[in-house]
Amino acid sequence: MRRLEPLVQYLGPATLIVAVAVAGSLTSHAREIEFRNALVNVAIVVAIYVFVGNAGVISFGHVSFVAVGAFLSGLLTIEAQSKQFVLPGLFGFLRETTIGDLPALALAALAGGLYAFLVGLPLMRLSGLPAGIATLAVLGITYNVLRNWEKIGPGPLTLSLVPETTTIWRAAAGALAVAATALLYQRSRAGRQLRATREDAGAAQASGIDVYRQRLVAFTLSGALAGFAGALLVHLLGSITTDQVYLSLTFLTLAMLVIGGVSSLWGAVVGALLVSGANSFLVDAENTVHVGFDLTLPDGTSLVILGALMAAVLILRPSGLTGGREFSLPRGRAKAR
Amino acid sequence: MSTLQALVDAVALGSIYALVAVGIGLVFGVLRLINFAYGELITAGAYTLWVLRSLPAVVAILACFAVVVSLSLLLERVAFRPLRKATPATMLIATFAVSYLLQSIYLLVFGSLGNSVSTLAGLQQAVDLGGLRIRWITIVSLACGSLLLIGTAILLGRTSIGLHMRAAATDFQTARVLGVRANRVIAFAFLVSGVLAASVSVLFTVQNSLVTPDLGVPITIFALVGVVVGGLDRLWTATLGGFAIGFAYSLLGDKLSGEARVYLPSLVFGLVIVVLLLRPGGLFAGQPRSVERV
Repeated sequence: MRRLEPLVQYLGPATLIVAVAVAGSLTSHAREIEFRNALVNVAIVVAIYVFVGNAGVISFGHVSFVAVGAFLSGLLTIEAQSKQFVLPGLFGFLRETTIGDLPALALAALAGGLYAFLVGLPLMRLSGLPAGIATLAVLGITYNVLRNWEKIGPGPLTLSLVPETTTIWRAAAGALAVAATALLYQRSRAGRQLRATREDAGAAQASGIDVYRQRLVAFTLSGALAGFAGALLVHLLGSITTDQVYLSLTFLTLAMLVIGGVSSLWGAVVGALLVSGANSFLVDAENTVHVGFDLTLPDGTSLVILGALMAAVLILRPSGLTGGREFSLPRGRAKAR
Repeated sequence: MSTLQALVDAVALGSIYALVAVGIGLVFGVLRLINFAYGELITAGAYTLWVLRSLPAVVAILACFAVVVSLSLLLERVAFRPLRKATPATMLIATFAVSYLLQSIYLLVFGSLGNSVSTLAGLQQAVDLGGLRIRWITIVSLACGSLLLIGTAILLGRTSIGLHMRAAATDFQTARVLGVRANRVIAFAFLVSGVLAASVSVLFTVQNSLVTPDLGVPITIFALVGVVVGGLDRLWTATLGGFAIGFAYSLLGDKLSGEARVYLPSLVFGLVIVVLLLRPGGLFAGQPRSVERV
């Protein structure tokens, strides 16, 4: 059983992801996008978890990497001809190059990782609140520059005409890949060292662990995954603005992580799917859903209810719905074998 | 002369941000809680002023104080008290959730287009002081800001509840053992920070009359950044940090030319990162902590 532990830990998240994908593929096209969105959220939240969960350091900056991945992948997959007209201000390289969507996903991951590495080089020396604020400052800078510099993107306008290639199966495959990477990392030597620094930084350091180095590794990996997730996001939406990858996404994804349970992959996946599900349900309910009876919420109340629900879960279950534990099979069955 | 003018404006904005910083710092002191929902208190005050726009200004302002202070106390009781034992990350995200909740309520009730508040619009007029054109609101902001800061200092330094608050901020457990009543001190901190938020609502809406559901977000973020840059551990360093960020923002905004001006937030955030890297304990924190273990 012990040897199977990593597989068991993967079993829970993977089953959930596949179940959501299957359920999504069975619903109508209009509903399917909600399932795809939930899966992309899983990818983003797990990417954030790789750093925040393992290092125990809060980061408000990860949506920057999502944004970089999204805009890079979006820009590079729009046809060159359209870009000449829609985005004439771009750098020549960005304006004239068009690549396929799969290479664009890889490139987004690379760019996210590189950006995270460069940001992490100085920032990973910080911990606690200063680290949180510094990453928030990174997010502020990324947003400000993306919104105003028209050589690298659409500026304040919408980036549209992006090929919508994130199908439900690709979203699921992406989420599965991100989750598998997260699990492999957290069970690796580096991951375990980082988790040791989370429990007691002083003791970890005294045992010869280089805190700075391990945090930087996790931050870079987590940035790469976030960039990848951003690319999935932009190819899901087909169009994106800078406001979509700023504070509210930061808050929502962090809330998903904490609601699920910040220190486990299982928590990240559960939190992302539950909050996304609740959100979709409430938005649908504004246009009447049938739950035994017809439920219609007044327009605009879905956000209020979602906010109240999230606050309530945090107040009632401060350590998250999973308590920060990994998925495991019920104990009785494990013993019986 | 225009440099002097810019300095005066910078001091005025700085004093508003200093008030926000004290409001955040007071609560952080006793609870170790960063209240991201603080800006939504300010928004609540601004909307109160809008709702009561047809009443005399004095009534509207008094109501604004009443609403904001009650909301502050309510949040403490309902949302933050149950979370006192939770991890810092959970508390932080919970305040995020509260902020999100309040914003969506404002959006639902008042819509996203924004409402214009003109309670004290008369203060926009300028007076001529030896060639300097100074708007009344600048003078009022400065005066109110200093008075409130002095008032808070007296409250903390000269009264017994203030002594209790300082004791709680230094070492909460020991203070409780010595007979400081936790609930009372914490509620009092929320009360004072509510009063400060309400005064910011009044002062801020004179300069920025359009009230939108997310009015409080940038205020909180900039003040919070200022607070951390100044040094969160002590109130006066936090206040100075808040002042510094408002001052720097206003002054840099004046000095930058049109093209570069849009990148002002980046410049301020960049400075913040530099300060945090050089002085993680805060710009005004004095000696670096002897043990910075990690």
